[in-house]
Amino acid sequence: MTDLFSKFDDIIEMRRALLASGVEDPFSLVMERVLSPTVAVCNGRETILVGTYNYMGMTFDPDVIAAGKEALDLYGSGTTGSRVLNGTYSGHREVEQALREFYAMDHAMVFSTGYQANLGIISTIAGKGDYIVLDIDSHASIWDGCKLGDAEVVPFKHNDIEAMEKRLKRIPEDAGKLVILEGVYSMMGDIAPLKEMIAIAKANGAMVLVDEAHSMGFIGPNGRGVAEDQGVLDQVDFVIGTFSKSVGTVGGFCVSNHPKFEVMRLVCRPYVFTASLPPSVVATAATSIRKLMHGHNKRQHLWENSRTLHAGIKALGFKLGTQTPQSAIIAVIMPDLERGAAMWEALLHEGLYVNLARPPATPANMTLLRCSLCAEHTADQVERIIGIFERAGKAAGII
Amino acid sequence: MDRSEVDTSIRALIESFNKKGMDISDATRFTDDLEFDSLTVMDFVAAIEDEFDIIISMNLQAEIETYGQLVDAVVKLLG
Repeated sequence: MTDLFSKFDDIIEMRRALLASGVEDPFSLVMERVLSPTVAVCNGRETILVGTYNYMGMTFDPDVIAAGKEALDLYGSGTTGSRVLNGTYSGHREVEQALREFYAMDHAMVFSTGYQANLGIISTIAGKGDYIVLDIDSHASIWDGCKLGDAEVVPFKHNDIEAMEKRLKRIPEDAGKLVILEGVYSMMGDIAPLKEMIAIAKANGAMVLVDEAHSMGFIGPNGRGVAEDQGVLDQVDFVIGTFSKSVGTVGGFCVSNHPKFEVMRLVCRPYVFTASLPPSVVATAATSIRKLMHGHNKRQHLWENSRTLHAGIKALGFKLGTQTPQSAIIAVIMPDLERGAAMWEALLHEGLYVNLARPPATPANMTLLRCSLCAEHTADQVERIIGIFERAGKAAGII
Repeated sequence: MDRSEVDTSIRALIESFNKKGMDISDATRFTDDLEFDSLTVMDFVAAIEDEFDIIISMNLQAEIETYGQLVDAVVKLLG
């Protein structure tokens, strides 16, 4: 008998070797108590969180929590059904209405996760014979959506406008074309030149889908994302987003002005063949989205945090993923996985949690310590974070 | 363009990616013999696409394991 698990032997060995060096397991961290959006007790230590996607700090907002509790009492713990059968409660309609207002778009469709939103929309609209042109650094959910849908998949070098244009021009003129971009690329925290890319996509007859998971609530005058910030949101055919970042719960969505968009509810399998979100989740999401519409001050403070942390870590001599702060993600590039894991552990021992990102999730096989900031981080916390990076970086021999 | 012309062009292109200086035959495998990682594959594919003004989609790449299969695929795409 061939052991079907033998294909994972390399990964098992990499993990064994890493743990054999004595480092605390970076992939088994437990949050024992969560004290606020920015502080938790992890593995027994009180820890500043700078590796969550809780950008706008909505998880402990009193109105959000009250809405969730009320929905639990009124509607119960779960729907036990698909959106197209018994799984659409008034809360699901309300959160879709909140999304339409947030984005000022005609249609909104909510999925059970952000992963399923990309999987469902991409695989359903781009099928056999169609072409998908996408950035090579796209998220796993985008790649999986491409694979599920059977379209011809044509990647281009990250953020390379010319490479994208060349490929679009080589596609047969009468073929269906979908260009897939992200507003913020989550590994390095860099943004896409959406204005230029979308203009080229449109000039070549392509529809455009933009994943704004890491920009919602924060980037753009109304927090609608990078496309809004660059003044091209009206050119985007489909915006994909998530409730698991700035919104502060779980779920995914697509908003669109396409006149036939509602047919998606009948033909999109990752929407149909799964249970809908629990009533408490959609109630917290709707409340949070409505509050994010008025989050101007929080957005300002989050930008301040991002600028301060980027400048502070750069001044210490670390290598960063971007020359300037472009989002709430600041990626610190480590020389290799061993030293990255050692540095990660040193930070944790000092009371700081960041994301350790490693291949294959990272571009160019890099090991990254990814800091993602929250609007609820105080200026004092940001200074402490910089101080911890200095001590840990020296202890790990990286600066 | 016939097969030998395509072969000559791709041989010239592969030089800068053939870090180990291996002799390349039709049976040479990109992953197992030349040890191309995903980034190298992307850059190499882009170079061939630009040289011949074609698209080698991920779907087609998945069917190509050897140098000979690549040359055949490019010949076919050029019609």
